[in-house]
Amino acid sequence: MKKEIPIISKIDRRSFLKIGTVGSAGILLGLGVRCTPSEKILDPAWFEPNVFVGLNEKGEVTIIAHRSEMGQAVRTSLPTIVADEMEADWSKVKVKQSVGDEKKYGNQNTDGSFTIRMFYEPMRKVGATAKLMLEQAAAKTWGVNVSECKAKNHKVSHSSGKSLTFGELAQAASELPVPDESLIKLKKQSEFKYIGKNQKIVDLADIVTGNTVYGMDAKIDGMKIAMISRCPVAGGKVKSFDKSEAEKVPGVLKVYQMEGVSFPTGFDKVLGGIVVVAENTWAAIKGREALKIDWEYGINRDYNTDSYNANLLKASNSNGTILRENGEVKKVLNKKGKVLDEVYTVPHLAHAQMEPPAALAYFDETGKCQIQAPTQNPRWVRDAIASQLEMDRENVIVNITLLGGGFGRKSKPDFVVEAAKIAKETGEKIKLIWTREDDIQHDFVNASGMHRIKVAIDENNKVTAWNQHGMIPSIGGTANPAAKQVGAGEMSQGMVDMPFDIPNLCLETHEAPTKTRVGWLRSVHNIHNAFAIHTMVDEIAEARGMDKVQNYLDLIGGDRIIPFDKMVTGFSNYGEDLANYPWDTARLKNVLKMVAEKANYGKSLPTGKAQGVTVHRSFLTYVACVIEVDLTEKGKIRIPEVHYAVDCGRVVNPDRVISQFEGGANFAASGALRSAITFKDGAVEQSNFHDYQVARMTDSPEKVFVHLVESDEKPTGVGEPPVPPFAPALGNAIFAALGKRIRALPIEADKLWA
Amino acid sequence: MATFKLTVNGQKKTLSDIPEDMPVLWVLRDVLDMKGTKFGCGKALCGACTVHLDGNAIRSCITPIAVAEGRSITTIEGLSENGDHPVQKAWVTHDVPQCGYCQAGQIMNAAGFLENNPNPSEKEIVSAMSGNICRCGTYNRIKEAIKTAAKG
Ligand code: FES
Ligand code: FES
Repeated sequence: MKKEIPIISKIDRRSFLKIGTVGSAGILLGLGVRCTPSEKILDPAWFEPNVFVGLNEKGEVTIIAHRSEMGQAVRTSLPTIVADEMEADWSKVKVKQSVGDEKKYGNQNTDGSFTIRMFYEPMRKVGATAKLMLEQAAAKTWGVNVSECKAKNHKVSHSSGKSLTFGELAQAASELPVPDESLIKLKKQSEFKYIGKNQKIVDLADIVTGNTVYGMDAKIDGMKIAMISRCPVAGGKVKSFDKSEAEKVPGVLKVYQMEGVSFPTGFDKVLGGIVVVAENTWAAIKGREALKIDWEYGINRDYNTDSYNANLLKASNSNGTILRENGEVKKVLNKKGKVLDEVYTVPHLAHAQMEPPAALAYFDETGKCQIQAPTQNPRWVRDAIASQLEMDRENVIVNITLLGGGFGRKSKPDFVVEAAKIAKETGEKIKLIWTREDDIQHDFVNASGMHRIKVAIDENNKVTAWNQHGMIPSIGGTANPAAKQVGAGEMSQGMVDMPFDIPNLCLETHEAPTKTRVGWLRSVHNIHNAFAIHTMVDEIAEARGMDKVQNYLDLIGGDRIIPFDKMVTGFSNYGEDLANYPWDTARLKNVLKMVAEKANYGKSLPTGKAQGVTVHRSFLTYVACVIEVDLTEKGKIRIPEVHYAVDCGRVVNPDRVISQFEGGANFAASGALRSAITFKDGAVEQSNFHDYQVARMTDSPEKVFVHLVESDEKPTGVGEPPVPPFAPALGNAIFAALGKRIRALPIEADKLWA
Repeated sequence: MATFKLTVNGQKKTLSDIPEDMPVLWVLRDVLDMKGTKFGCGKALCGACTVHLDGNAIRSCITPIAVAEGRSITTIEGLSENGDHPVQKAWVTHDVPQCGYCQAGQIMNAAGFLENNPNPSEKEIVSAMSGNICRCGTYNRIKEAIKTAAKG
């Protein structure tokens, strides 16, 4: 991913008003950033200026949020960065959501934990530019040198003591040219007023009073509700159907067949099925229940989780495709000494974000396709609708609602395309709704993962060899039939970037065909990679009779920057150059030591209670985790304490980083203790929260402590990194408490005491 | 199809031509256009749709409108006039929400619970709230906020 390079420009009053930022109040100063697009957009028109900050004569500041809000607080954190550098008073700032238009706003794909990483610097520059223009305006008004004028807390003061408010200066500032970038001075860390301080989320009051609009709440006069009955097997088709009973349900307006794609489906195509359009949601639900459909199940009919996994296990006896290798693993594994050989499995997971997919679509009088949707990726929505409905992308207008959770599900535009297609077919204003059953059964599930790891320990108690076989369906296989196993790109998420200094190492993958829609879910492949690797690390420590933290430090070895790009063909550092975001073992060891100290790792605990520890880097963030379990009550896994030590560089809004880790611990607890998607005859066996269980307050870690490393490094992501180290730390704690090794998720609590 | 009379957030409503089995959730959202109450599962499994029926927290997604005939419903929009119910205030103090989607249900469930048990133990809080899922994982703050609201 390329960096967004900000070019700051002023925009005229007319175009600012066109964007309609604060109603009819005169906008006097509007500043925009032109960002280089991070994905190739060759259309020269992207130089059209956008608006990130505006100021009117009443002193009201409007800051545009251009990224999707799904609980990670981007609508709060990015604007506070602007406000801080601008010296704006936060209480006078309004945040407004932009439409989806990457020519204007640069990258809007809210995914991969990169909002702050990508926009920290650009947002600071926007704020600092506005501040300088206000200081220049004051200097001009008073006829003094600008160096004597200082902006602070929504006004500019002169060294003589006189001052003008931002509102009073708005007009004068708007008449100035945008100062050259070389004149822009960013604040020193010690001068920050909001950055690094806790800031409550901007939507808080609306959320607690029920005044927010999610995709599910989008509405327009005359709107109809649509639902689709989709084939239980991904890529299957309707053979025949009988709609007579459905059409009798009061409120049902139209029932018809929508064509879909066969497998591989891709990520943005509709699955097709039978569409029910109705006056209201209840009529749509009842109408859909009354359908009789005969399906042609297609090529994934043979997908059965049990036999699939048994075949993968067999494959691990053969040689795979080598992704990374040094030394002579196979020779060393055959030497005498201890050999560990274990298999770890993690199932498919569904996102189950609280808001199921939903989207509003209609065609306005001018033929434009108007969308309101909870999308993480408005650009993909535009492209997918434009290509599948054969229209110009400029005529697809995407308004982004709040997202009732995303976790990667709402990166895929398929559900929005469904809504647009139904709107076109019926000529109605359509809100398409997925029920929870639709969501669980037709999700883009996270890849399942099976790993077999063999480790040799020599007579000097040194780890001499690590051989890992990964059997993991590729995300790529959802779109590309040739992608029959994961490659180095996908496995850069926690497998091929294993930081251990082991002389003989071989990491290989085997064929594992993609047999359903596999997508990405909060931390993606890191989930199974981290579970396998960090459980094995704990097994190594046991075999060596070593303290768990010491064992980790020994495996990681000396402080160094690891050049994975030189060691692995196709390595990806979460889209960043390793030169800018190096893989630094010193930072990894630092969080490990920090968490051990903060959690008082190794403290004496009564029988039945114990701690487990892990450390993992993902999305460029270094996270160590200590979990304490309490297994004193038979049948119940209690988690009294979780400690995270986190190095994510500079922190913008500490409370929201902490809340991401609290939430991440609970999200990971779901995968560790409750959740699994399994397949029988190609269909998902689960359907709602009774059989696809997620963590409830009864499972929730009782206390989550988040220890942030004070750092001046570039900010990195925090949405996903809490998840990977959790499950293995929990498993390691359970082993320490009960002597039962956890090698498969979710943990079967009832079997622990058997 | 039938006509129903009920009170919603203090206002009397007469609703005609409604199927008897239509759940309160869809009456609120589709007929009355009140979108504060959320749809999460439709099967009484997640609590997102929680409202009060005569003061008690219920799952509106499985409660047919016929059950509400002649009775009084309170939703998140009507919990307090100015968003200042003790539970709402505690939610703000602890900055509980992440995506916010589950929170109307959480707040309504907590408010109903505290009405009946103004001084709950931690255990009682956990068991009363265990029917409400928050996929963003805000449980720790929900617990703390309920304790604050109980004190307050
Ligand atoms: S929507 Fe009613 S309990 Fe989930
Ligand atoms: S805040 Fe997102 S589901 Fe609870």
